[in-house]
Amino acid sequence: MNVNHSSNTFEVAVWRGNSAGGDYQTYQVPVQSNQTVLDVVTWIQQQIDSTLSYRFACRVGMCGSCAMMVNGEPRWTCRTHIDSVASRESGLRVAPLRNLPVIKDLTTDMTPFFDKWVKAGGVHAPTADRFDKMVSVDPDSKARRTASEGIECINCAACYAACDTVSTNADYLGPAALQRTWTLVNDVKHGDVSGALDAVSVPGGCHSCHSHGSCTRYCPVELNPMKAVASLKRASIARRWRS
Amino acid sequence: MIDVRLYLLQRISALLMAPLVIGHIAVMIYAVQGGLSAAEILGRTQGSVWWMLFYGLFVIAVSAHAAIGLRVVVHEWLGLRGIVLNTFSMAVFFLLLLLGLRAVQAVTLS
Repeated sequence: MNVNHSSNTFEVAVWRGNSAGGDYQTYQVPVQSNQTVLDVVTWIQQQIDSTLSYRFACRVGMCGSCAMMVNGEPRWTCRTHIDSVASRESGLRVAPLRNLPVIKDLTTDMTPFFDKWVKAGGVHAPTADRFDKMVSVDPDSKARRTASEGIECINCAACYAACDTVSTNADYLGPAALQRTWTLVNDVKHGDVSGALDAVSVPGGCHSCHSHGSCTRYCPVELNPMKAVASLKRASIARRWRS
Repeated sequence: MIDVRLYLLQRISALLMAPLVIGHIAVMIYAVQGGLSAAEILGRTQGSVWWMLFYGLFVIAVSAHAAIGLRVVVHEWLGLRGIVLNTFSMAVFFLLLLLGLRAVQAVTLS
């Protein structure tokens, strides 16, 4: 990072603007031990410019609210130490998430991201109600283990921001939504597997994925959305073949 | 901008092309070992139903495969959609099919 040793501060460029456009503004921020990117943004907002807008909630990597572009790469900022992403040469550049409309400064409109979860068939269709006996699910069954691979998604949209297919194909549902669908396809309690596979077999569905792997590379909780999308491709083709 | 049908068609055409390309290269290498001339090659291919089917199938597979691939590229990079995209895809398919089948005709029909 660009450290000013006389004042023990470093330079941080933060994107400021709104949907009409904007640019980076630079700030001098004090160096502190164990400093995260979110700490830096918070310090700027509290100490220099209270009009800086950004989003966070839990600060411990659970809620998925604070993802931003850090030096051009999507990161969960509350769990990203600046020592791991900034160098003396590169400095620190923080921007709103890619592939999503900006509301203001570092805050993006997540509506398209979550709309695509619904469009991809990600709404659970129950097979029982509260009067039915609870279905037992074997946690070691193949389907359950496959479903469990994707359920720790924190909806941070880092994969969506990293995806080059999303950036060039606005209709593409994106890795997070498709991974959710793959989870439901393998959930024995889901009542509409056919509907889920139909939902991802349209233009912009799982078959638009180019398997670049950026989603898996940048998933902060180390899930593998690319594998889920590839599995959806196979499942949808097998279903089409049978029919 | 592809759905499951076009995705499947592109994979099937690739599956067809793989052995046909290997067969083409293998025969080509074998055929020129003894210094075969163009006239001698045409002497073997012209009038052959098998070579006509071999290269005819290859041309059909290439036309479908390339048209779907270019369809994705122009949608993602140039933003073509709807009827314009469909027209472009079909134009590529038929152009490649026409050029390819003319070549097959020249090589296999006497």
